[in-house]
Amino acid sequence: MIIHHPILGPRDAQEFVYLGDASLIGRPDGLTASIEEFHNYTYLRDNPAGAHRELWYHEQGDRSWLVVTRNTVTHEILQVELARDVARAEGRSK
Amino acid sequence: MRYSGFRILKEALTGHKGWGHAWRDPEPQTSYDYIIIGGGGHGLATAYYLAKEFKQARIAVLEKGYLGGGNVGRNTTIIRSNYLLDGNEPFYEFSMKLWEGLEQDFNYNAMVSQRGIINLIHTDAARDAATRRGNAMIMNGADAELLNRDQVRVMYPFLNFDNARFPIKGALMQRRGGTVRHDAVAWGYARGADSHGVDLIQNCEVTGMRIENGKILGVETSRGFIGAKKVGVAVAGSSSKVMAHAGMRLPMESHVLQAFVSEGLKPLIDGVMTFGAGHFYVSQSDKGGLVFGGDIDGYNSYAQRGNLPVVEDVIEGGMALMPMIGRARLLRTWGGIMDMSMDGSPIIDKTHVDGLYFNGGWCYGGFKATPASGWCFAHLLAKDEPHVTAKAYRFDRFLKGLMIDEKGQGAQPNLH
Repeated sequence: MIIHHPILGPRDAQEFVYLGDASLIGRPDGLTASIEEFHNYTYLRDNPAGAHRELWYHEQGDRSWLVVTRNTVTHEILQVELARDVARAEGRSK
Repeated sequence: MRYSGFRILKEALTGHKGWGHAWRDPEPQTSYDYIIIGGGGHGLATAYYLAKEFKQARIAVLEKGYLGGGNVGRNTTIIRSNYLLDGNEPFYEFSMKLWEGLEQDFNYNAMVSQRGIINLIHTDAARDAATRRGNAMIMNGADAELLNRDQVRVMYPFLNFDNARFPIKGALMQRRGGTVRHDAVAWGYARGADSHGVDLIQNCEVTGMRIENGKILGVETSRGFIGAKKVGVAVAGSSSKVMAHAGMRLPMESHVLQAFVSEGLKPLIDGVMTFGAGHFYVSQSDKGGLVFGGDIDGYNSYAQRGNLPVVEDVIEGGMALMPMIGRARLLRTWGGIMDMSMDGSPIIDKTHVDGLYFNGGWCYGGFKATPASGWCFAHLLAKDEPHVTAKAYRFDRFLKGLMIDEKGQGAQPNLH
């Protein structure tokens, strides 16, 4: 798989470490969230067959976190964004 | 019809005209007492034990493709019960005991071959860990043996004992481990279930679940609605897709695991060998092909095929362990979809829907579990309480902090 890094261009997926569903960006507030909310965040996944937004870390590159939208049935990569931009758009870290 | 040596003689003398079909191909009825979704190893074993051991009737197995066309036909056929943790080891040892009596039980040649499995040791720390694991196995009634370097050398003299990074210092051995003809497991259970009156319905994909007032009434399928008092789901890599019909999100991700077979070679490896440090394991099939594999690819996938970097990684592991396989040619590679759970251990449990039961999260270790998984799931379906060896396989273990994490990796499915 080739990941089209927004800054570095086409990079082999081998250079990256895979974390999982990009919903992990939306960590609940540790002071107010219930145990159930943290359980759901930590352990439950949509795990779709089809388009999947997921976090990849460019460990052997510029060490940026990316949100890659990839089809889990065909392995086709549909969109690549900087996780920083996605997180900011979601209102995390101003 | 019972298979036997006498039967083979009789058929040989009468032109093989009396064999007949191994199982029926029935039309689905309008309702059943039990519907098992998934006609793979676990689903067929569940139906078999439900009918035979728990004396239940009106059972159907629904399979979206053909029987045994999923992971039971795609694995590397290894059986073993060499787990460490209390939640796992009694279950896998129960499975091993069922393997040992399986062929007589369902009257089918599954080629159960207890040829022994070794896990290689490279450091003092790994030897300590292997000793601890072996003791845990023995305490749970399994067999385990610690081999030194010379004992391994007698068995497999061709290994690269002096590899600079991972010199071989010994191995943990389970002599009762081995291999089983994987397809025959599905066929044997299918034939056994069918002979006990279970309807095996192929080309029947579940497209929805009818749930009213928190109780399951049946399933919508590509062949129409089928009513049921109880529905059990055993669909491995498709677990999240099927359970989404009941509005559930599962503690798992689907990942692709690749496996490999070389061209046929003369007898070389008479047991099963794992080289965990090098992400490689291997056995040799009765046809002579080296059957081997390594890690999962590591990203969510439903593709049933992997990518080349893991092919390279696995083959590097093989070359490090036994350099002469560089001369062998690779015959085939393929992939299967693993339902990787959040702690690397399975789930056999009720759900929040009355009458809906779930069996999954087997990661890449479902094949060896097939008999016990079927037995324990049938136990849960018939009696509404977990089998004594499967009590820990609950959904709520993540909420309660009772994870069964053999590798200690935490909620990171691609690392288990």
